[in-house]
Amino acid sequence: MSYRRRASPLHAARAAAGCAYCLSLLVAALVLSAPVALGAVLLAIAGAGVGAKVGREMRRAALFATGLGLAVMLINALVVRDGLTVIARLGDLPMFGQTDVTLEATVSGAVLGARAVALVLCGALYTAAVDPDQVLRLFRRFSFHSALTATLATRMVPVLARDARRLAEAQRCRPGPPPSRARLVRAATAGVLDRALDVAAALEVRGYGSARRAPRGTGLRRAWSRHDLAFTAAAIGITTLAIGGRVAGLERFSSDPALHVPVSAGGLAVAAGLLVCALLPFADRRGIER
Amino acid sequence: MSVLSLERVTYCYPGAPTPALADVSVEVAPGEMVVLAGGSGSGKSTLLRAANGLVPHFHGGVFAGRATVAGMDTREHGPGALAAAVGTLFQDPETQVVMGTVRAELALPLENRGETAPAVARGVEEVALALGIAHLLDRPTDELSGGELQRVALGAALVGRPELILLDEPTSQLDPVAGDELIALLKRLGEDFDTAIVLAEHRLERCLPFADRAIAMRGGRVVCDAEPADFLAWAAAEAPELATPGARLLFGLGLAPVAGVKRARSALRGRGLIPAADTPAVSALRRSGREAIRFERVWHELDRGAAILRGLSLSVRAGERVALMGRNGAGKSTLLRHAAGLMRPTRGKIESAGRVALLLQNPTDYLVHDRVEQEASAAALATVGLGDPAVYERHPRDLSGGEKQRLALAIVLDDPAHEAVVVCLDEPTRGMDRRRKDELAALLCELDAAVIVATHDPEFAAAFAERVILLADGAPIADGSPSEVLAGGTYFATETARILGGVGGALRPEDGIVLLTAASEVGA
Repeated sequence: MSYRRRASPLHAARAAAGCAYCLSLLVAALVLSAPVALGAVLLAIAGAGVGAKVGREMRRAALFATGLGLAVMLINALVVRDGLTVIARLGDLPMFGQTDVTLEATVSGAVLGARAVALVLCGALYTAAVDPDQVLRLFRRFSFHSALTATLATRMVPVLARDARRLAEAQRCRPGPPPSRARLVRAATAGVLDRALDVAAALEVRGYGSARRAPRGTGLRRAWSRHDLAFTAAAIGITTLAIGGRVAGLERFSSDPALHVPVSAGGLAVAAGLLVCALLPFADRRGIER
Repeated sequence: MSVLSLERVTYCYPGAPTPALADVSVEVAPGEMVVLAGGSGSGKSTLLRAANGLVPHFHGGVFAGRATVAGMDTREHGPGALAAAVGTLFQDPETQVVMGTVRAELALPLENRGETAPAVARGVEEVALALGIAHLLDRPTDELSGGELQRVALGAALVGRPELILLDEPTSQLDPVAGDELIALLKRLGEDFDTAIVLAEHRLERCLPFADRAIAMRGGRVVCDAEPADFLAWAAAEAPELATPGARLLFGLGLAPVAGVKRARSALRGRGLIPAADTPAVSALRRSGREAIRFERVWHELDRGAAILRGLSLSVRAGERVALMGRNGAGKSTLLRHAAGLMRPTRGKIESAGRVALLLQNPTDYLVHDRVEQEASAAALATVGLGDPAVYERHPRDLSGGEKQRLALAIVLDDPAHEAVVVCLDEPTRGMDRRRKDELAALLCELDAAVIVATHDPEFAAAFAERVILLADGAPIADGSPSEVLAGGTYFATETARILGGVGGALRPEDGIVLLTAASEVGA
């Protein structure tokens, strides 16, 4: 998965706003634990993916994340002994010992799994919708060379993947038994070193070795667009709602000793507010093409 | 005052027994376009690297003499400092483009120089407009075609408005259309910005018409430094491997060589040597023998993507030598991969009479052992002309480009139990000089198997092929003898054919000389 500029409000927003927006969804997924609130966060992330036209990329990430989430739920149900409501007696299992699966452990595992899914999806949304070059430009203020090295590493991943595919194809064209893995690794390493030397030479002649910072106060003041403002406001709104809801105890949830999932008006308001904050910026589709 | 000055430069790479540059003196004036000619290993690339400071700062080694670029001595100023005055474009655009988007790539050199954000933004916009890549600015660089990528790399070299641009075989990875566009663009930019251009190229017929001067190198020395017409006269007499097909045609007819199709045609017209348009074609396609491979309504459709091959049907007979031509993306490489079984058609079928050997674009990908003799049997090595036992002990990666190509060919042919009935080669002449191309063409003509070569090089196709198939959008649009296909076009035509306007189907200078001599005798 990689960044592609698309005609969407999130792609049109500056990287700082996009970063803040994705980070606020991440914070909400980490802070909130009530099923309703967490469900709202998941819905918000999925909706943002659709709104940003990266639904296909998100679906691929969701497939991976769902497996991860189910694994978390299953392991939690098997290893956690909390809870009073036994839903399955599995007897004496190797490694696990006497195993009784409780409703409380299963639900708390599901919440942990849902949180894992939300975190993966946040990462996928960020990767697909926030321009990495702009993000690295933000970080250049702190370390120019480190940022460029990181960019280079990102750029070289698809290049080296193509090199590896080419090498594999060439080996398929060799008649007779294939060469040993060790030989292939050596050949691939030699290829990567050649590539690295070429890239280093290209960077040298672009002046990388004598890179200088731009003088302070000479930055180009890019006017804040409607999308920059909308996503920054959304990020602030989501973070405030998530932390505020948590501090106010509006989304209290417990699974020990018994399952307690209160659905209060306040909790529902937090969930609804989250959804509105996350999805509202996508309603304005003016100026999204570049 | 010159923008580049090399005074008696001698340079030896670390551990090399002989110098790569020997007593080289060259001056380049502002706005001048200079073409560097010479065989592989003649010192062209090293001269460019001496001009941008990579020699000696990046490569090390022993450097003598003095190189001055825009008033800066390269012994005192490294490539980073020189980058403000010199832009460089290497052969492979893939390793030069380092950022994620085109905009970021073009901005990088200016940001490296500590330019202010407004200056960076303005520089990016201007160079993008000048190169016609403004529509690519927000595209990810890993989505670009080879031609687009090369333009972006050129943009990154030009964005700082350097006084000198150095280009090392920039068209070797491009199809003829993109290659011609790039050279014409360089000429225009050189005139607009008064930028001096030094261009190393093997396909001289492409760039000499635009050049102000040509410098020939041999064994690290400058052996000729003259205007294009004088250079061609020298080459035709002293170094035929550097003479363009047009120059060889004119020289063979006793005329003074000139650069460019238009000038060559007018030289012929001046002597009344242009043949009549109704002169019959030299040869038509004759096919015989059993079928070696057959493609039957083959489709290759990408999942959620374009169709690369569109119901392609063709057959190749045993011993037939076929050149597969077409612009980048026409489906040539895909067709070869299907022939060798690396890809499966989404519809249609492919039948072959036996094993299909495939040599892909990069021969180094085949080399995995430490000694040449471990890579292929002695018989296979002898078949490709690497039978000298002195070569056996060498490391495969230390071989020259042409030798690597032949070794890789030996590897794919080396299966005595299942001799290849079809041998496919994908762009085997990229970056090769003319002598090596001639050697490869001769080698292919000696093979018993059917040979299919995907190539952008019409001169090479004319030298080895007895049939040419022109692909466009995944289907053949022309299929016939080289004379029938390569004589009539512009981009997919040899220089001789372009000079003669396709008359008589003459493709090579030798054919043209025979045709014109016969025509003048008839006229007399």
